[in-house]
Amino acid sequence: MNIKELTKGIFKENPVFIIVLGLCPTLGVSTQVSNAIGMSAGVFFVLLFSNIIISALRNFIPDSIHIPAYIVIIASLVTIIELFMHAFAPAVYAALGVYLPLIVVNCIILGRAEAFASSNTVIDSALDAIGMSIGFTLSLTLIALIREVLGAGTITLFPIGSFDGVLEVPWLIDNPFRVVALAPGALLLMGFLKAFFDWKAMRKVD
Amino acid sequence: MSYIAILITFIFINNFILVQFLGLCPFIGVSKDSENAIGMGAGVTFVTTVASVVTWAIYHFLLVPFDLAYLQTLTFILVIATLVQLLEMVIQKVSPALYKALGIYLPLITTNCAVLGIAIINITNDYNVMESFTAGLAAGLGFTLAIVLMSNIRERLDLHPVRKAYRGMPIAFISAGLMALAFMAFDKSLLTNLHLV
Repeated sequence: MNIKELTKGIFKENPVFIIVLGLCPTLGVSTQVSNAIGMSAGVFFVLLFSNIIISALRNFIPDSIHIPAYIVIIASLVTIIELFMHAFAPAVYAALGVYLPLIVVNCIILGRAEAFASSNTVIDSALDAIGMSIGFTLSLTLIALIREVLGAGTITLFPIGSFDGVLEVPWLIDNPFRVVALAPGALLLMGFLKAFFDWKAMRKVD
Repeated sequence: MSYIAILITFIFINNFILVQFLGLCPFIGVSKDSENAIGMGAGVTFVTTVASVVTWAIYHFLLVPFDLAYLQTLTFILVIATLVQLLEMVIQKVSPALYKALGIYLPLITTNCAVLGIAIINITNDYNVMESFTAGLAAGLGFTLAIVLMSNIRERLDLHPVRKAYRGMPIAFISAGLMALAFMAFDKSLLTNLHLV
């Protein structure tokens, strides 16, 4: 067991900003914080179990068909999470739309299976999955938070009791920068954030 | 919806890359020069078109009659993976020249969100087989349009002084953002103005 496997996914090998994987859902669902959290939960479940199952089976899966085998495992897990969300979180299910089944082709999951779980122990793979999921969750939530606060002036969480789940940001609620919430805003924001992370990485090298 | 309306919708209004963010990984990864971009675009268009029709048939003749619609995701990704493999073998046998041009892109297309995306969108929108075919073709053409434009922008950017931190991916994202801004000129009212809806 190596605690480094857990922490590397958060900053050093952050899946979104450093390795740049899994962009479709990152930009597609980051219009609201609640969607970002729902998506992160889905990715967390699928990544954790796919890493565990694949590393447990790593000595049994023949090399020549390892990719199709991984895809079947991942797609089954995605089907489980799809049915689960449809039953217990219909609002999130509707908001995520086509991006939920697309977790199957999310490069983070197949990438970790191929690069890590296929050659490491079950516990290390589970830690790797948890670390990567935390990194993915933080990045996705950060993008969603910036886009929702600037683009709509709200922060949408989940309704609990009398709290309807929507926080309003004063001033911005009346004067939102709409473009940030729309498609171009996502791409521009991703460009600026990536530039920031590259700049930080470069400064460390110097 | 008429076929022309579907074409315009998927090429311009709901462009797969610039509006729906489907297929961003190859869009950023393979858009460094225009030759590769055209190859990737052609490959994706080919696969989205064939996959649309095949997944439509599988869904309506296999999954629905046996009450297995909940296995949609699993079935589609397997069908697409098999289909891409099959296409690779057929193209290799029939047209070595085309294989030489598309060969290296085909394996990458299996995990392209655009292909699984269009298969699911066709089912969600309840398209018939011809509409699915058109949507698949249009999604591929929209992808090609965006990736070819992007590769041209990036080829020019190579000659310009870009700040160190922005070089490579960041400036590619920002260029894509500006392109998406231009594409916002196409919206649903375009269909109304052209009397297509």
